[in-house]
Amino acid sequence: MTEDRRNEQQRHPWGEFFIESAIKTCGFSAIIFVVLIFSFLFREGAPAFWSVSPSNLFGTRWYPTFGLYGTLPLILGSLLVTVGAVIIALPLGVATAIFVGEVAPHWLREVLKPLIEVLAGIPSVVLGFLGMVALSPLVRQYLHMPTGLTAFTGAVLLAYMSLPTIVSVAEDAIDAVPKEYRDAAYALGATHWQTIWRVVLPAAKSGVIVAVMLGIGRAIGETMTVMMVTGNAARMPLEWNALFMPVRTMTATIAAEMGEVAQGSTHYHVLFAVGIILFVITFIINAVASLVIIRGGPKRGGRLLG
Amino acid sequence: MTEQAKFLIENLTFYYDSGPPALRNINLTIYPHEILVIFGPALSGKSTLLRLLNRLNDLVYDTRMEGRILLDGEDIYAPGVNVTELRRQVGMVFALPIPLPTTIRGNVTYGPRLAGERNRARLDELTEQSLRAAALWDEVKDRLDEPANALSGGQQQRLCLARVLALQPEVILLDNPTSGLDPLSTAKVEASLQTLKRDYTIVMVPHSVQQAARIADRAAFLLSGELIEHNIAAELFTRPQDKRTEDYITGRFG
Amino acid sequence: MISRQTSQKIAFTLLTLAAFVVVVPIVLVVGYIVVQGAGAISWEFLTAMPREGMREGGILPAVVGTVVLTFGTAIVAMPIGIGAAIYLAEYARDTWLTRLIRLAIINLAGIPSVVYGLFGLGLFVLFLNFGTSILAGSLTLGLLTLPVVISTAEGAILSVPQSFRVVSISLGGTRWQTIRHQVLPHALPGIITGVILGLERAAGETAPILFTVAAFYLPRLPHSILDQTMALPYHLYVISTQVPGMPVEVQFGTALVLLILVLSFNVIATIIRSHFRRLRQW
Repeated sequence: MTEDRRNEQQRHPWGEFFIESAIKTCGFSAIIFVVLIFSFLFREGAPAFWSVSPSNLFGTRWYPTFGLYGTLPLILGSLLVTVGAVIIALPLGVATAIFVGEVAPHWLREVLKPLIEVLAGIPSVVLGFLGMVALSPLVRQYLHMPTGLTAFTGAVLLAYMSLPTIVSVAEDAIDAVPKEYRDAAYALGATHWQTIWRVVLPAAKSGVIVAVMLGIGRAIGETMTVMMVTGNAARMPLEWNALFMPVRTMTATIAAEMGEVAQGSTHYHVLFAVGIILFVITFIINAVASLVIIRGGPKRGGRLLG
Repeated sequence: MTEQAKFLIENLTFYYDSGPPALRNINLTIYPHEILVIFGPALSGKSTLLRLLNRLNDLVYDTRMEGRILLDGEDIYAPGVNVTELRRQVGMVFALPIPLPTTIRGNVTYGPRLAGERNRARLDELTEQSLRAAALWDEVKDRLDEPANALSGGQQQRLCLARVLALQPEVILLDNPTSGLDPLSTAKVEASLQTLKRDYTIVMVPHSVQQAARIADRAAFLLSGELIEHNIAAELFTRPQDKRTEDYITGRFG
Repeated sequence: MISRQTSQKIAFTLLTLAAFVVVVPIVLVVGYIVVQGAGAISWEFLTAMPREGMREGGILPAVVGTVVLTFGTAIVAMPIGIGAAIYLAEYARDTWLTRLIRLAIINLAGIPSVVYGLFGLGLFVLFLNFGTSILAGSLTLGLLTLPVVISTAEGAILSVPQSFRVVSISLGGTRWQTIRHQVLPHALPGIITGVILGLERAAGETAPILFTVAAFYLPRLPHSILDQTMALPYHLYVISTQVPGMPVEVQFGTALVLLILVLSFNVIATIIRSHFRRLRQW
């Protein structure tokens, strides 16, 4: 009896084989999708690199109607808004993460965390709309600008949009600092703040850096908000007060113009080329961030995506 | 011994990862209808040896095994062996009672249902038989559909035993099954083992040398992954051949 | 020299201040939209077709469009996302290939939504010739949602105690039986939560649907998955930037409906999470 029991066929060999193959395929799908995304961007965007001369493509003037496809103002526009957003969001985000993770009493934490989740859930078009009707008049009035639709307005909104990412990732990093470190600091007579400043933060440093990088990634890729509040002037933001002037970002350019171009035209290909630039920038940011994560142990990876 | 071997372990050496071997050149025969006790200090490889007998170590990556383990003369690590069927034949009870988060009945019938048993009457019959054999039937017969978590620790462990019995195995492996139990529950489990060996072959890692001496028919002493000696229990516990065995059972180390 | 206690006080005050600077605007934003938009919301607003160049009537096609797209997104993202999560949590060993998959997922999560839009245009709309359609939009949004679904579902699967798996295997369960009977039932609430949070994001996205499905003005309900449709986020964009003389009330009303729709996902997810946490038996 023994032998035939053991050598009997598995109960549902084909059903199981089928399901496990499907699961495996799903597992590999992420790689397939990244490759697919890049190849289709490349397929549609590559012609721009041989039909438009490099000096034109990386020039300073973006006037597609006149055949001028200088992407530099767009790249600098994205950069300006993103840097502005990070300068605002970094201290606020890290401070909030410390407050939520270390200082706030339990009940307050239970109020703050869902509120920050709500912020993550507000659609960017809603924030953009509010930016237009509520924030930009304030900017115009208080900063005595001819218009409130400026890089600064975009940076403020982008800062808030990247805050949920920064706060939650930074808080995870702070949470992950071993309790022994804190105990050791307290045992040496450090105050709570000294412990946070000298022990917890340095230990959480790599996680905080990841938080900021992912925040940057989020900010640079944001589309609707910046399109609605930054004024969309494709100009080189080089003046000292460029932050308070209208700009135009790469994302806004694609979103605003793709709907109106003829498929297969030079303009169409150039917009895809701008997409390639965006893809490459965010790819690098995220690849570096994930290297930091993977070095910091596999467990922390999960929450970063939410 | 004239009886045919149930398990035959030949020149077994086993490595986790790249470290030193967890088991070194083990040769051991396990006969049907006996209680074999594998004892020794912590980390001597007892649990590893137990888990190799129903291939539970397959779940651990990066292991390496040399030698052979034969069950009824068949190499259980040969390619093409139906591992799930092997695990039904060689059931395992763990150190801590781990009831699955379902009802008492759900726990007992879990194995048979996975094996494809759908007949309600047959499942009920198996449930009663197994719970009786594990000396739990009288305590739970009126609440089979209540959550298994509501049982006491001792009852949970007997439920885990019943769960294995419901597979109708030939061999039962017990990895320190009384570690979390009070003396009364321990006594109940030990008593049911004495009854069970009539129908099954039992391999057990005991909680203590005393427990080993109480229940073993034969005993094997493991130290740092090596099988120091094995013999009829009465012999081994009264006249150990090896100095190290003697030191351990008289409590001079470990 | 400031004493250690004083410096702690100053630091904590600043931290508190920062947290409030972060949180107060959130309350203001939501409150402002509710106050300004509540007046516009009526039965007609929710159930009528837009009229007079969208300045009058209702937003029904946009609401329906967003609901349909959200379903479509779920149909695309759920099987692939949960499958990938099962693979990563239960099958994948720590090899370079697995690390490559994780790298790919993190990068998918970081790709700008407008780039997803470009990709959807290139692959689904043009190459596969689905046209601007619900099908193309759902596929695009589904891909965008995938990383969130994968990572939350994987977390939920990993939180099922390992001992259940070992017991199931030791009782003769195959790997898939163990996943099916011991892992997935217990991970389900977490998985559903993850899917809902992913859909929350998808429902509010505008950029990915710009070139793949969204119609500027289409006062009828879609007939098939190859139809275009209006969608709430795009509609809000249109009426706040593209249509002159748009009544502010309609804009705020639309924003409020979108906000309620999206945040209700959040609420549902929270309820599921806390409900099942109480039921949990380990």
